[in-house]
Amino acid sequence: MKRLSRLRRHRAAGPILLIFALFTIGTTFQVASAVNSETQSVADRAVTIEEGKQLFLKGCSSCHGLNAEGGEIAPSLIGVGAASVDFQVGTGRMPMADMSTQAMRKKPVYNAEEVNALATYVASLAPGPEVPADEVLNYERDGSVAEGGELFRTNCAMCHNFAAQGGALTQGKYAPTLMGVEPKHIYEAMITGPQSMPVFSDKTITPEEKLSIIKWIKAAESEPQLGGAALGRVGPVTEGLLVWTLGIGLLIGVAVWLAMKAR
Amino acid sequence: MTARERIAGNVAGYVDDRTGAAKWMKKNLTKVFPDHWSFLLGEICLYSFVILLLSGTFLTFWFDPSQREVIYEGSYEPLSGLKMSAAYASTLDISFEVRGGLLMRQIHHWAALIFMVGIVVHLLRVYFTGAFRKPREFNWIIGVGLLTLGIVEGFLGYSLPDDLLSGTGIRIAEAIIQALPLVGSYIAFFAFGGAFPGEAFIPRIYTVHVLLLPGIFLALITVHLMLVWYQKHTQFPGPGRTEKNVVGYPLMPVYMAKAGGFFFIVFGVTAFLGAVASINPIWLYGPYTPGQISAGSQPDWYMGWLDGLVRMAPPIETHAFGHTISWNILIPGLILPGIMFTGLALYPFIESWATGDKREHHLLDRPRNTPNRTAIGAMALTFTIVSLLNGGNDIIATTFHLTINQMMWFSRIGVLVLPPLAFIITKRLCLSLQRADRDLVLHGRETGRLVRMPSGEFVEVHEPISPEKAWLLTSHEQLAPLELPELDGAGVRRPGALKNKLRNRISRATATAVPKATETERRELEGHH
Repeated sequence: MKRLSRLRRHRAAGPILLIFALFTIGTTFQVASAVNSETQSVADRAVTIEEGKQLFLKGCSSCHGLNAEGGEIAPSLIGVGAASVDFQVGTGRMPMADMSTQAMRKKPVYNAEEVNALATYVASLAPGPEVPADEVLNYERDGSVAEGGELFRTNCAMCHNFAAQGGALTQGKYAPTLMGVEPKHIYEAMITGPQSMPVFSDKTITPEEKLSIIKWIKAAESEPQLGGAALGRVGPVTEGLLVWTLGIGLLIGVAVWLAMKAR
Repeated sequence: MTARERIAGNVAGYVDDRTGAAKWMKKNLTKVFPDHWSFLLGEICLYSFVILLLSGTFLTFWFDPSQREVIYEGSYEPLSGLKMSAAYASTLDISFEVRGGLLMRQIHHWAALIFMVGIVVHLLRVYFTGAFRKPREFNWIIGVGLLTLGIVEGFLGYSLPDDLLSGTGIRIAEAIIQALPLVGSYIAFFAFGGAFPGEAFIPRIYTVHVLLLPGIFLALITVHLMLVWYQKHTQFPGPGRTEKNVVGYPLMPVYMAKAGGFFFIVFGVTAFLGAVASINPIWLYGPYTPGQISAGSQPDWYMGWLDGLVRMAPPIETHAFGHTISWNILIPGLILPGIMFTGLALYPFIESWATGDKREHHLLDRPRNTPNRTAIGAMALTFTIVSLLNGGNDIIATTFHLTINQMMWFSRIGVLVLPPLAFIITKRLCLSLQRADRDLVLHGRETGRLVRMPSGEFVEVHEPISPEKAWLLTSHEQLAPLELPELDGAGVRRPGALKNKLRNRISRATATAVPKATETERRELEGHH
């Protein structure tokens, strides 16, 4: 008792007790809050999934089935992952307006929050590619334009054209232009392979290489029109059209004028 | 005599004493040329050729025709550090480092396109007006030669930068060479100095592009123009114009001024296009590697019809004696163009054989007065246009929301069906126009004024046309069909009867015409009114 009271009166007792108290409180709070946030996020996720499910039942299930199991006209979405949903719905391709050839990019029907809910719901059905985090998409820092161009010409240009302007595929399908597409969506397209596009897994094209490709596309997008009007960047077809209209038109006009003056 | 005149006289005299040029100049500077805007189409080709020589020479100062591998360190960021051929790197340098280089490259390329457009429209003018007839058949053949060489020269120039697009073009050219039965592979190995792409091809085509072909061009253009000079220019029919004279203005000063001015205008239009419209942006295509390709790879327009023919060819192959014959490349890539250019070159001879007309012609035909020729031209033109459209089938498909398959089937069927259709329609149109001409001569111009006769009848007043116009509409001659005998006097089939039968038939088709208004008919009608 005497010993305790002596220690109690020790000079260091106050600070030690204070530190102990702070530590205890801090740890308790940490654990408590962690538990709290965990339960909170699980609950949140459940809510989001439920929201997503409701949206899905209203907007998607008529084609993709009540449990996303697919149907005669639409594929199963079990295992396609959040990235796929984020790409298809986030670029406005889904819901489809016209089922004849392929889903086209248009103004998105759902806002970002709803897209997230749908993606979370579909991801909850079975694991699949996830939406890349903003942290991953730092292409300005992690990509290289020249390398991206080389990769683009090897893997993408055969359908999307040398300047990412898009091109024709068979039976009315097409590779769309990549101008004005969000980096996130380009990334998602590569990992999920929407429609006629193949999947470029991280083994074929590493995440870093994907960022290089995105950086090159963004550079092509913002490249000034060197050498005058770009004529659509589709190659010699538009050049031929211009020379047969404006070029020879001007020259024949002048020729007619020259022959007229002599009269 | 003023001092100035005396000095000029002395200089002229000095030159004449040493060259004897005065007599020649006196004769030739007053040479008369007829005036019509369509006679300036050939000049467009001549002037763009001069522009090509000048701008091309500028480009050779910096272009390095070598397939040696280099690493790009120029100022175009998206390609920096990449491996590429020296040819491609030096073209990038011309575009981005050399002062005025990009403008000169673009002027050179636009001038090449204008050169080819000029040749085609000039050819169409010569064809549809019958300017190729005796004595100008040789000049026609030289012209066809210039067209053919122009296509080759243009293709080689397009191939020189060794970019992804042109490399694809060379690859297709190699495939067409390889499609030759038996010798194809050997010729391809010979041309490329080994396997594709090798290191020899760009330096070789460079020599051909800047030395051999321009030399041949210069020679052929000189002969082409000398023949025009010697044979005199053709003229459209009109009052006072005959087969024996040329009505127009003298070379000095009228045509010197016009032609000189037109040269600067052609240069101006080319420079304008070069300044405002990008052409062949090789930096976007990237360096050539056989492993890469871009969607929408097209050749320049003058090769586009060939590409279109290859694109529409159905996949037919024959395997015989261990060899593969690729008809799908051989027919559209070599056989069809061969037939087309041979037919084009021989056309003047074919026509004169069919009509039996061996006389000299210096007066041009109005296209409507030769319905068969005009219809054949429309037929060939339709064939080429359908092929050309198919050359851009993917761009057209994506632009107009069609499918590439629809485009292909349209071309496959259209290339066979539309030309004969064009022939029939054009021929009917020509005959209708002849009928309209005849009507105009006999009944005059419709004035749109309605007059009520005392009897109550309404008539539209027709005004007689001017004598000049009437002459223009009636001066052409209408050839009677050949009536070559198939039987001899004894009623026995002659040798060559079949040939005569064929000629008779073609000649009858060629001679189809609405009889033009004769002088008697006109007078008779005037008597009535």
